[in-house]
Amino acid sequence: MAKTETKPIDKLTFEQAYAELEAVVSALETGEQPLDEALALFERGKGLTKHCAELLDKAELKIQKLSGETLEPFEEKE
Amino acid sequence: MEQLALFNAFPRWTVTTLTRHLRQLLESDASLKDVWVEGEISNLARPASGHIYFTLKDSGASLRCVMWRNEATRLRLTLQDGLAVDVHGSISIYEAGGQYQLYADTIRPLGEGALYQEFLRLKAALEAEGLFDATRKRPIPQFPRRIGIVTSPTGAALRDMLNTLRRRLPITEVILAPTSVQGDEAPAGIISALQSLNRISAPDVILLARGGGSIEDLWAFNDEKVVRAIIESAAPVISGVGHETDFTLADFAADLRAPTPTAAAELATQVDVLELKASLAEIGGVLSSKIAALVQVQRESAAWLDNRLKFTSPERRLQTERQRLDEMSRRWYAAQVHGLQFAQEKFKGLENRLLALSPLAVLRRGYAVITKNKKVVTSTSQIQIDDPLTVRIQDGEFNARVMGNG
Repeated sequence: MAKTETKPIDKLTFEQAYAELEAVVSALETGEQPLDEALALFERGKGLTKHCAELLDKAELKIQKLSGETLEPFEEKE
Repeated sequence: MEQLALFNAFPRWTVTTLTRHLRQLLESDASLKDVWVEGEISNLARPASGHIYFTLKDSGASLRCVMWRNEATRLRLTLQDGLAVDVHGSISIYEAGGQYQLYADTIRPLGEGALYQEFLRLKAALEAEGLFDATRKRPIPQFPRRIGIVTSPTGAALRDMLNTLRRRLPITEVILAPTSVQGDEAPAGIISALQSLNRISAPDVILLARGGGSIEDLWAFNDEKVVRAIIESAAPVISGVGHETDFTLADFAADLRAPTPTAAAELATQVDVLELKASLAEIGGVLSSKIAALVQVQRESAAWLDNRLKFTSPERRLQTERQRLDEMSRRWYAAQVHGLQFAQEKFKGLENRLLALSPLAVLRRGYAVITKNKKVVTSTSQIQIDDPLTVRIQDGEFNARVMGNG
């Protein structure tokens, strides 16, 4: 049940990191891992939490526009 | 002045009191307080005061109308002579002019009433089909990663929504599907925007919005095909059309109805960035406490294992072996010592036996050894009379001479 996520944390989007964080927490809540695995999960969870908080701090609304079948950046006019 | 007395039998009116009486008569009739009148505008006048004056006519009669500035500024319709309209208001008398007139508060293009009837008919039909059932409403995700927006790319509604999203949840991704939201082409545009948005971007939630306008401006949101496109949208739809008091069929079809575009953006972000940060902190706390508990459990079980391990450890076996070795070596040593004593005792016995065999021991019993010229005399044939002899007894020797036969 322990999934092996090897992707570096700083490469994760907020969405990915948050989803993995939820998985880590629920995995730890079952408490069925050997200690070393649990500690690894914990470390991963700590890293994910930090990463998410950082992403929130520097988040800027990303706006795209549908143009036919493709997406393009949307420039706001004031 | 008798004539006057004659007239005194009848009520005396001034123009003012009579007019006031007529006015009160008209105003006491409830049905004249809330009238819709259909006609054509003529004699339109818009003086600097801001009030609007016009006459409503049909083929048989005419009706003076006034709309005060307060209501006039809210009027979205552009009035002109000849325009066929529905006017709502109350009937009263303008005393100074001696005219009864319609005090108008709402003016709609003629046919809008018919539009409203159409709205009610369609609403009833779609309602009967179950399209507006509460059971059809899908839940709005608490934390949308991607929000689709269907609206005009140039309207204030878009700006309001983007500002709200930026303030509440800037981590979100926004996909705008631009479309006209007013006019004949609007329904097809809205339907196409909903469909492409779902197909291409698969948003978690869609905001379908438009700023305020007249019932005609908002009419695209009462289109039956638009209603069905909302129902068929894969992502749940939040509608935010017009002002708080405007209800369109799109609002009834939507999974959630917001009174304004801004409110729609707020309802789409039930969890804002502050709450997310708080929940992250909480998760961090949960993680820490989980791991602390786990470490504690492991520590206890490790201590228990350590105890068990001590019973089965090589160390312990080694100690046992060492003990056995000690035992053996002690026994061996004992055996060695015992063997030596035995040998010594045996040796002593031998020595004693040896000593017993010594001739000297015999001498102690009184025997003597007689030698002649250093030769032990063991036979009488070896000696003659007067032969010198040496006699050895236990404690020494002495000389003797043979005197004769014994």
